[in-house]
Amino acid sequence: MPYISLSWLGEHVELPADLTAEQLAADLVRVGLEEEGVHGAAVTGPLVVGQVVSLVKEEQKNGKVINWCQVDVGVHNALDDEGRPTVPRGIICGAHNFVAGDRVVAALPGAVLPGPFPIASRKTYGHISDGMICSARELGLGEDHDGIIVLDRFGYTEENGYDTTPGTDAIAMLGLGEEVLEINVTPDRGYCFSMRGVAREYSHSTGAAFTDPGLPQGPLPEPTSDGFEVVVEDVAPIHAQVGCDRFVTRIVRGVDATAPSPAWMQRRLTQAGMRPISLAVDVTNYVMLDLGQPLHAYDLATLAAPIVVRRAHEGEHLTTLDGVDRALSTEDLLITDSVGGTGARVLGLAGIMGGAETEVSGSTTDVLIEAAHFDQVSIARSARRHKLPSEAAKRFERGVDPLLPAVAAQRVVDLLVELGGGVADPAVSDLSDLPEREPITFALSEPERLVGVPYTADQVIGVLREIGCEVSEIEGDGPARVRVLTPTWRPDLTGSAELVEEVARLVGYDKIPSILPTAPAGGGLTAGQLARRSVARSLAEAGFVETLSYPFIGAGQLDELGIEQGDPRRSALRVLNPLSAEKNLMRTNLLVTLLDTARRNVARGTTDLAIFEMGLVTRPVAGSPAAPQLPGAVRPSDAELAALHAGVPAQPRRVAGLLAGHRDLPGWWGAGRLADWTDAISAVRLVADRLGVDVVVSSDPDHAPWHPGRCAKITLADGTPVGHAGELHPKVIERTGLPARAVAFEIDLDVLLAAAPTEPRQGEPVSTFPLAKEDLALVVDADVPAQDVFDAISAGAGELLEELRLFDVFTGEQVGAGKKSLAFSLRLRASDRTLTAEDTAAVREAAVAEAHARCGAELRG
Amino acid sequence: MSTPEPAHSDESAASTEAVTPAPESFSPIDADAAARALEVALAAIAQAHDLDELKAVRIAQTGDRSPLALANREIGKLAPADKATAGKVLGPVRAAIGKALAARQVVLEAERDARVLVEEAVDVTLPVDRRPSGARHPLEVLQEHVADFFVSMGWEIAEGPEVEAEWFNFDALNFGPDHPARQMQDTFFVEGPADPDAAQAPEPAHLVLRTHTSPVQARTLLERDLPIYIACPGKVFRTDELDATHTPVFHQVEGLAVDKGLTMAHLLGTLDHFAKAMFGPDAKTRLRPSFFPFTEPSAEMDLWFPQKKGGAGWIEWGGCGMVNPNVLLAAGIDPEVYSGFAFGMGIERTLMLRHGIADMHDMVEGDVRFSQHFGMGI
Repeated sequence: MPYISLSWLGEHVELPADLTAEQLAADLVRVGLEEEGVHGAAVTGPLVVGQVVSLVKEEQKNGKVINWCQVDVGVHNALDDEGRPTVPRGIICGAHNFVAGDRVVAALPGAVLPGPFPIASRKTYGHISDGMICSARELGLGEDHDGIIVLDRFGYTEENGYDTTPGTDAIAMLGLGEEVLEINVTPDRGYCFSMRGVAREYSHSTGAAFTDPGLPQGPLPEPTSDGFEVVVEDVAPIHAQVGCDRFVTRIVRGVDATAPSPAWMQRRLTQAGMRPISLAVDVTNYVMLDLGQPLHAYDLATLAAPIVVRRAHEGEHLTTLDGVDRALSTEDLLITDSVGGTGARVLGLAGIMGGAETEVSGSTTDVLIEAAHFDQVSIARSARRHKLPSEAAKRFERGVDPLLPAVAAQRVVDLLVELGGGVADPAVSDLSDLPEREPITFALSEPERLVGVPYTADQVIGVLREIGCEVSEIEGDGPARVRVLTPTWRPDLTGSAELVEEVARLVGYDKIPSILPTAPAGGGLTAGQLARRSVARSLAEAGFVETLSYPFIGAGQLDELGIEQGDPRRSALRVLNPLSAEKNLMRTNLLVTLLDTARRNVARGTTDLAIFEMGLVTRPVAGSPAAPQLPGAVRPSDAELAALHAGVPAQPRRVAGLLAGHRDLPGWWGAGRLADWTDAISAVRLVADRLGVDVVVSSDPDHAPWHPGRCAKITLADGTPVGHAGELHPKVIERTGLPARAVAFEIDLDVLLAAAPTEPRQGEPVSTFPLAKEDLALVVDADVPAQDVFDAISAGAGELLEELRLFDVFTGEQVGAGKKSLAFSLRLRASDRTLTAEDTAAVREAAVAEAHARCGAELRG
Repeated sequence: MSTPEPAHSDESAASTEAVTPAPESFSPIDADAAARALEVALAAIAQAHDLDELKAVRIAQTGDRSPLALANREIGKLAPADKATAGKVLGPVRAAIGKALAARQVVLEAERDARVLVEEAVDVTLPVDRRPSGARHPLEVLQEHVADFFVSMGWEIAEGPEVEAEWFNFDALNFGPDHPARQMQDTFFVEGPADPDAAQAPEPAHLVLRTHTSPVQARTLLERDLPIYIACPGKVFRTDELDATHTPVFHQVEGLAVDKGLTMAHLLGTLDHFAKAMFGPDAKTRLRPSFFPFTEPSAEMDLWFPQKKGGAGWIEWGGCGMVNPNVLLAAGIDPEVYSGFAFGMGIERTLMLRHGIADMHDMVEGDVRFSQHFGMGI
């Protein structure tokens, strides 16, 4: 994001002399430019001008030649016998681009250069080197490390108004002490990717006087008939928008294009996070940073007219400046020239990055400058396609002022003439096909309607004009509505709401009062929302700890659970850009991630564990229709909405739990109790009970990841599946490293919620007649489920049965091999009389008979 | 510990000695003898130190072989005139002994009861936590608090899917396919499982893991009648690696109100009220201009956080604004008649601020110790 140097900003807007980066950040945030960071001074400590008094070349054993220099650093010199600083400092320097007499930059012991690289007096090459003579790179001023900075070659001369007396502070002279503010620019404010835009916003915030550098500073040359020919041939505009609607070219001849740009420009580029390269490139970048207009410089000698702006052909390639060979899409907008035929040679990706072939080089003398305006969408798509968020692309995709190209090109010409010794060529081309700007009809009451502040008409119109709008009355429409022509640098201002924001923003969001609205009476939480809270609270109160996990899983985790191919839980959504390639699926069940959570806790030493998670899983159906792509700002038809809903996969809400280790802790009271399969089923029953739903438990010998002999299938009374509970399969325990005999459950809350009673539950009268108790011991085959016997007794006993409990299960010789004895207690009571011995005997008989009929049960002798 | 025999043991032995000698019979008309017998009996009763001793005294003084019983037996042999005298002599003695026995019984029973309770005393400081305690996850509890806050204002809680159609997540919210803001959101894209019977790879499913809870707003606008006042808490996804302050899966709460006459002032009022509910009566909010595709005007919202480390101050809390007319249009609502506001903030961030949690890892790793510290409430 843009870096704002205060001294640069101050060229366009009046800044208080004592303005700090911090204060600037505070001023800018009020108008919506957020601070990203303040980058402090890069160099600290004594960095001074030095004059090389003498220079002795000394050849080392390894053949390397170093310079043993005596450098006059004025008041920083070593002291003579009389205590005066007259003795130059001895400094070793490996660079050779300077001679005795040159004025240079010397870092003295105590200085800290970027790195950080502290400077100290040190012994080297047989001398005490008492400092360092600095290159631009060492000071963070540029990439050029070939030589040290010789001040007059960088323009730091007395004639240019610089004090280069030895000993003078060089930090201030080189601008190294300046703080730079980095700001965050929201996507609607592309114009703030420039000093021009930020200066304007500073003016909006503070009222400081702003001079727009984006307006022509003098008469601009008209296009000439000999201007470099440019053709736009867009055969495939995106959204019917021609890819290029402005293309200005200018020519400067006789430029030393590869000369370094002046230090002040290098410094500003570096402060803005760009690398100084050569004069021609630096000047185009500098003007882009200043005005916001991306520019390109070509070696004129390599170009063949006309330049053709067109879409790429099928199969075309381009090697961009970063050395990458790119296969182009027919949607990519290109700058081409006519070497080998009209538009035959690709020069670059329009508005994004140039190609290597026509770049300015050491042999360039004549430069062609491109200043164009491209369609935002076209640039955005290409930049995304080629993953090239270049400085130019960043600006074009957010919108650039289409009136800037001629102004910006003139600035580049001026700078190349001034700094590169070039001559402006009179040939100018300016292809312009800018669309007519559509005015917005704006009700002056709109800001008050949406913001709630009673702005006056004058205030509203004043703000609109301040941001650069042309506001005019609508004839015959009275003063209520005005016609607003938005400024060319604000493509984001597309409607009334955007203008309202400008009014609210410039008058100040702090002027908005705080008023609590009164909503109509609501219906409270839904039954489902209340039920989910109840479930979570019940489980927590039953000793379970609620945990959360990421829904990302890998196929290997399903393997660990023994969930086989063909199981519907294998049919998972795939994340196309996962954070980790191993976890590229969305969970189809909760246990798979809950197991991970359990494992982490066990690894951290929590071995007595009871956890649960409530959340969504995705259960996509292979081959489902895709969700349709529809435009925004239009209500989809009912059929389209139905297709949208159909395209979103089912996402049932589940609750899963896992227990391992002790369910009841050992202690002074005794041994405690390890969690077992009953705890898993009991938790399911608790949840169902809280929701008022009756569930049926039956055994399920084939459902991963459970133990085939200890897995309960949970269903509704009508057979609708709810989930499973029981002990985990020993192989799963082995593979996941969980404690032995860990148990788990997972049930579908949506199914339970749908089955939960919605009508008020009706009361039952309480009988006050005496209770009669009966016990029954029945012998059945060992594989008969207790539940079946229970149900049979229950049915046989009939209405008089108040409560039935199974209180003992017994196997052994006394009941015979392959048999088991189940002991039940029955509580019998009538609502209208005291039961007689005959009554209870009849119930007993009926119960036994039904159990015999259904389960082959015999009364135990 | 060697202690001397309790004093009363000797007395008990002595008293037993006093009552055990062969009962002395006396004449039922001998008032003096009867008075002496009463005196002996009362002394024995008074000296009974526990219920067993008292039982022995009862037998000795009122049993079949007691002096009183023996004297009583003599009455039959007496002359009729003496029988009346005997009745007058023995009756009060019997009554006095009975009364004294009953009184002593009450005293000794009370003593016994008190002693039993003392003997049954336990060390109530012994640990009693036989079952490890359960806990809710603080993020879930906070979302419930947030929901309760909005419900208290008459708002309702809306929910939606986490895997969402791109249209609901972006287009309906004025993020066009080429909108630069669509790139601001670091989106997870997903596709359906391959159909084993299909010959070709599946078409793009146009599904994403929702990057915000705003698609719930879009669904609500399409489905509910106006006016709408809803809050949507829920899980959202961005392609951020987990670190101390980021997590790819986190929670948001968004609010949406669409009605006639709603302004940014109502937005600010709602935010201030919410801030106070979350952070105490000194909390408040302020707005800074910003940009979101689904709101215009848009604002960043700062919270005046009284408990901020190092002193009260402003910190970023969320984003908000007036619902963009294009969003209303996508739901078939006339933006010239209705206006609305929307806002959103992170639940994790709110929890971190409110409860001084420094590291995101603790909230997402599922370590039970994190939840157990909070228990059932936050």
